[in-house]
Amino acid sequence: MSETRDVILSTIRQSLRRGPIYGEARAALEERIRSHPRHLIPSRAGQPPAALIDLFIAKARAASTSVVEVSDRGEIPQAVMDYLANENLPARLVQAPGLHDLDWAAAPTVEVRMGAAEKADEASLSKGLAGVAETGTLLLVSGPENPTTLNFVPPTHLVVLFRNDVVPAYEDAWDLLRVNGTNPRSANFITGPSRTGDIEQKIQIGVHGPLRLHLILVGR
Amino acid sequence: MNHTSDRFIDNSRAALANPVLQAALANLKRGFPINRAEVVADLPEFEELRNVARDIKDHTLDHLDVYLEIYERNVRASGGKVHWARNAKEARDTIMRICRDAGARTVTKGKSMVVEEIGLNEALDASEIRRVETDLGEYIIQLRDEPPSHIIVPAVHVTKEEIGDAFREAHEGLDPTRALSEPADITAEARTRLREAYFSAEVGITGANFLVAESGSSIIVTNEGNGDLTQTLARTHVVVASLEKIVPTMEDAFAILRLLARSSTGQEFSVYTSVSNGPKRSDDLDGPKAYHVVLVDNGRSSMLGTNQQDMLRCIQCAACINHCPVYSAVGGHAYGWIYPGPMGAVLTPSLTNIAASAHLPNASTFCGQCEQVCPMKIPLIKMMRHHRNSAHQQGHGGKVSKFALFFWSYFAGRPALYRTLTGIGVGVLAALAIGRGRLKSLPLVGGWTANRDLPAPEGGTFLTRYRRGER
Amino acid sequence: MKQIGPEPGTVPPIRVGLFVTCLVDFFRPSVGFATIKLLEQAGCKVEVPEIQTCCGQPAYNSGDPATARAVVLAWLDAFQDFDHVVVPSGSCGGMLSHHVPELFADDPVNGPRAKRLSERTHELTEFLVDVLRADLVPVHRGGAVTYHDSCAGLRELGVKQQPRGLLAKVRGLELHEMAEPEVCCGFGGTFCVKYSDISNAMVTNKIRDAEASGGDTVLAGDLGCLLNMAGKASREGSPLAFRHVAEALAGVDDIPPIAGTGVRQ
Repeated sequence: MSETRDVILSTIRQSLRRGPIYGEARAALEERIRSHPRHLIPSRAGQPPAALIDLFIAKARAASTSVVEVSDRGEIPQAVMDYLANENLPARLVQAPGLHDLDWAAAPTVEVRMGAAEKADEASLSKGLAGVAETGTLLLVSGPENPTTLNFVPPTHLVVLFRNDVVPAYEDAWDLLRVNGTNPRSANFITGPSRTGDIEQKIQIGVHGPLRLHLILVGR
Repeated sequence: MNHTSDRFIDNSRAALANPVLQAALANLKRGFPINRAEVVADLPEFEELRNVARDIKDHTLDHLDVYLEIYERNVRASGGKVHWARNAKEARDTIMRICRDAGARTVTKGKSMVVEEIGLNEALDASEIRRVETDLGEYIIQLRDEPPSHIIVPAVHVTKEEIGDAFREAHEGLDPTRALSEPADITAEARTRLREAYFSAEVGITGANFLVAESGSSIIVTNEGNGDLTQTLARTHVVVASLEKIVPTMEDAFAILRLLARSSTGQEFSVYTSVSNGPKRSDDLDGPKAYHVVLVDNGRSSMLGTNQQDMLRCIQCAACINHCPVYSAVGGHAYGWIYPGPMGAVLTPSLTNIAASAHLPNASTFCGQCEQVCPMKIPLIKMMRHHRNSAHQQGHGGKVSKFALFFWSYFAGRPALYRTLTGIGVGVLAALAIGRGRLKSLPLVGGWTANRDLPAPEGGTFLTRYRRGER
Repeated sequence: MKQIGPEPGTVPPIRVGLFVTCLVDFFRPSVGFATIKLLEQAGCKVEVPEIQTCCGQPAYNSGDPATARAVVLAWLDAFQDFDHVVVPSGSCGGMLSHHVPELFADDPVNGPRAKRLSERTHELTEFLVDVLRADLVPVHRGGAVTYHDSCAGLRELGVKQQPRGLLAKVRGLELHEMAEPEVCCGFGGTFCVKYSDISNAMVTNKIRDAEASGGDTVLAGDLGCLLNMAGKASREGSPLAFRHVAEALAGVDDIPPIAGTGVRQ
């Protein structure tokens, strides 16, 4: 295999009419990676915080994400219960372990299991690491606290996001991960429920991933 | 897959005579381009971002070896394995070996053009392994045993009635009374069937929209979520990607991502942009146990440093296809290989050979709509012209047109003779058209008069009349 | 008649070489005469070098740059002394102003010559509006027209507003935009003969859009597109008439349109 690799790399260098890059030139490329400079960020991401939240909510809704706002985390269980009831869905869900301290006493009818999603799960609740205002996009990151299957397997996906975690641009969301020093197995940027236009280009919601994406935005 | 680009003219005639296809193509023209125009108008920085994206890819391609090495190092650091393949056969063999080593009985697949390119589908279908396409469009054409006709909506040529029929034939135990007449019914049925596959597959194969050197990440962009279920639920995740998918950093990827969905489907951002880094971690509750990347060259390293290098900036958004009047007339199958439209007219001759695909770069009016919408600013017309030059040099230009060109150049280079001849020509055509103002047929230009009249010349050439003092 | 150029006797008039194009020479001399009229009204001194044939585009686009260079060299010789070269075609204009320098990029002698002349070469409406900033002599030419944006003029030269701005000053003329005026008509030089069926599908759409526009006469800046569209309309029995934009701007009405009557039944 390493022989194949070397053949490909040397063909690349031959085509580019140069040898391997060493020394300062190589260091400059490594430095570009280390400093990962930002490029042009759209001006819509440069608005003041209150306007950014409005932009985030408007863009999320435009992508068919339903959004409800609650003032603190104590209100989350009630919001979940109300949503499931309004949508005529069974009061059952699988919850991200990272949300283990939610007090479900306020929503006693909801049956909660903790863990990764399984085939039969009908709804899931997970926590977003960030919300990206420029396109109403959620960032969810894998780990024992937040299994990836919660984002894709159940037909209904509820996401808890704190207002403070709404950031202007994708780069800001990614920087939150860099600051943590984590390199999670999976990072999912999600903008609305699953959809397809593969049948006569008529948009259908909910083909493989969730049919419903519901955002509970927490905080004042 | 079969390469029928040499039969482009016959293929296109069949396509023009197919009313179902024509209806689908008319539909396509009314969809993506209109959505694109709206979201582009809503992002004032769009034009500047095109320059940014072009520069990122140019920088990356100029240092491709270095970034591939860094990428490989970082994939290994996160517990994944990188395989290199020089050509389609090496890529197929490597992937088949990974599948067998993983004990695969069922393989789920996300949509990937390079996987089509290397002929993996045929290899899987010839083996004991069950292949399940999970992109809805790919699933439909798998059931119909057809190649894709568009790089982002592969079943764009199929009607919902045909899909319903294909499902009834293929889905065992399907209730015959179940309605499959509307897209929503079909989508629900596909969801149920494919769910079984996701949970039973030992290996999930996806492509990649980007490989990020900085972190050793692969990124896939989908709307359906099929790629995520494919790569999350199987025990082994295999990423197949061509070399040029690499970018140095996440910032580079995001800059281009701002253009991708807008240019492609006309969405601001696709529903799922998913970044994968290696196999599941020790404390993860889900995710694949093994993570492989197969890096496919298949002719790309030889395009570097040539007049075809710019094509390696392509992010396969299909904007050029969606805006091409030739594609819009004949659809994807006419092009005879995997990549249709302007991007195919440039890429196919480079990845296969010009002898078999000389029609593709020639079958363009050079109207330039493709270049106008290409988010990566690929000079598609110039590159088609380069292919025309190669075809001409190698004698694939067609005998009649070669003769006509010689004839034309002989007179165009001799102004006096040219004037005499055009003077005679005008007289002859005017005589033939006398009293009607038009000609219904004319030798040598049967291609013109088959479908159109030739308006008769006004009378006398301009140069003759001008010399006589007319103003 | 109002003099639009500089005051006579103050500055020498701009010397313009008219490159008439082979299609105009052969099929539609009136476009050439209309062009001369427009340029002279704008104060230019127009000359027509006899040594002119073609812009070289057929060879250039057929993969034969060597032949194209030979043809373009004749153009260079014939036109190099003019202040400007004006072409009543976006396609030939694009070839001469944009592609010629590339064609001679590796030629140390003719490369710089080609570049200098290409920089002074313009499509007619672009020259009138962007270079001369000319106010046309008012003409009356009644009727409902629609305008097809020929591809090369539009995308290589940015010809879009110039003809529309000039047409807006023609008295009695109403412009009815068609759906997708920027979509190719299917001419494409040798394309329309080599890939005749595809070209036919494209021109069929174009005629449909033009007919639905409410205009009776289709105007365009390129004779190739006009012959293609007119030939199709004629075959279909469409009443649409076709004229080069220069004819409309110069108020030409003593010569029948390229096809059709412009009169709906």
